[in-house]
Amino acid sequence: MEQTKKVVSVYRELLQEYLRSKDEKVLYQAEQFSRQSIQDGVKPEEIIDAHYQTMSEIIPDMDPRLKDSFKFLIETMIYYGVAYGMFNDIKEQQYSLRNEIDVAANMQNTLLKTEIPASEVLDIGAISVPARQMSGDYYHFVQDTEDNIGVAVADVSGKGIPAAFVMSMIKYAMESYPDNRIYPEMILELLNRVVERNVEPGMFVSMFYGLYEVEQHKFYFATAGHEPGFIYRHRSKTFEEIRGKGLLLGVQKDSDYKRFELDIEPNDIIFLLTDGVTECKVSGRFIEQEEVLDVLYNYVHEPPEKLVENVYKHLERLQDFHLRDDFTLVAIQRKDN
Amino acid sequence: MNLHIDDHNEGQSSILKLSGEIDAYTAPRLKEHLLNLIEDNQEVQVDMQQVNYMDSTGLGVFISALKTSKEANKTFKLVNLQENVYRLFNITGLNEVIDIENTVRGGM
Repeated sequence: MEQTKKVVSVYRELLQEYLRSKDEKVLYQAEQFSRQSIQDGVKPEEIIDAHYQTMSEIIPDMDPRLKDSFKFLIETMIYYGVAYGMFNDIKEQQYSLRNEIDVAANMQNTLLKTEIPASEVLDIGAISVPARQMSGDYYHFVQDTEDNIGVAVADVSGKGIPAAFVMSMIKYAMESYPDNRIYPEMILELLNRVVERNVEPGMFVSMFYGLYEVEQHKFYFATAGHEPGFIYRHRSKTFEEIRGKGLLLGVQKDSDYKRFELDIEPNDIIFLLTDGVTECKVSGRFIEQEEVLDVLYNYVHEPPEKLVENVYKHLERLQDFHLRDDFTLVAIQRKDN
Repeated sequence: MNLHIDDHNEGQSSILKLSGEIDAYTAPRLKEHLLNLIEDNQEVQVDMQQVNYMDSTGLGVFISALKTSKEANKTFKLVNLQENVYRLFNITGLNEVIDIENTVRGGM
C-alpha cells in the first residue's frame, strides 16, 4: 500500500508537470517511471487509477461519463495485471530451473571427466562439444598396467538430462572393470547387459571401443552400432573406413560382439567420432563422407590435439556455427618411432 | 518437413504407409500410432518407400516396436527402405534383429 501511494504521487507530479510544460523530457521521465513501476510490481490498473485521481483533481467538474469510463477501463485492465504477475512467477521459476540445469551440467562435466593418457608411443587429441547444455556424447580413456590404451566413444540416443544419466551409468560400469587387459568385445558385452537392464525401451547407446596394444601396435576394436571411424594411412596418404559390425547397446539382452583388428604403422592416425561429425548439415544438405575426409585431410599434418580442435572449428564454420548435434572427435596417432 | 502416416489392412496384416521425414518432431506421433497398431494386429508391416530421411529418434521408435512385438509374440517388419535410411539400420546392427525386406536403391 505504501508503494501504491508513492506511485500515485510520483505519477501525479509527472503528469501535472507534463500538462503544464508539454516538455519531451517529462515524457522520457514517464518512460523511466514505467520501467521502475514494472520492477516494483505495480499493476497496470493502479497506474490508471493514479491517472484518474490526478485528472479529477485537475478537472473537478469532469464529465461523469468520462469518470465512468475510467472505472470501466480499470476493470478491463485487471487481467493484464494478473497475467503480468503470472509472467513474473514463471520468470522466477525459469531462473531457478536454469540454475538447476547449470548445476547438473557442471556435475556431468565433473562426473564424466576423463584424462587423456600420456603415452610413449601415441599422441592423442579429443574434443566433445554439446549442441545443448547437456551432452549425449561421451569419450573415455583407460590405460592398463601394460600401458595399452583403451578408448570408448559413445552416443546416447536423445539428448539432455536423460542421456546424461545414462552416460554416467556407463562410465561407472566401465570404471568398475579390472585394470588388466580387457578386450573390446568383452567390454561391450558387459555394458550391453547394464544398459539393457536400466534404460527404457526405445532408448539406446551406440559405442565404439578400441584397445591400442603398444607392443605390437595392433588396434583391437568392437562396435555396438556406432558410426564407423577412419584410419589415415601415412604411407599412402589415404583414409580407410574402420568398420565393424555389432548391435546397439540396450536393444537385446544377450548380444555378442566381434573383435576386429588393425595393424598401425608409424604416423597413422585413428579417427573416432560420433554422428555429430558425419551428419553435419551444410546449406540444407548433409555433408558427404568424402567432404568430411577432405576436411580431416587438411589437418593431418598437425599434432592430434590441435587437429581435432581445427577440424571442429572448420565444420562449425561450414554449418554457420549452428551445431545440430553433439560433436565428438578423437584422434590417436602412432608416434614416429 | 512432415511425416504422413496412413494405415490399411491387407488380409491378416496391417500396413502402415509412411511418407516424409522421421525425426524428433515427427517420431512421437509415429511411435504412438505404430505401438497401437501392433497391439491391435497380429502382423504389422511398415512401408518406408516414401521416407527420405530418418534420424536416431526414428531408430528409437522401431526399437520400441521391436521390443513390444517380441513380448507379445507378434510380427513386425519394415519394407521398401531407401538406401540412406537402410544405412542407419546397417550401421547400428538393427538389420540383424529387425525383419527388413525389399530395400530399394537410390533415394529422394
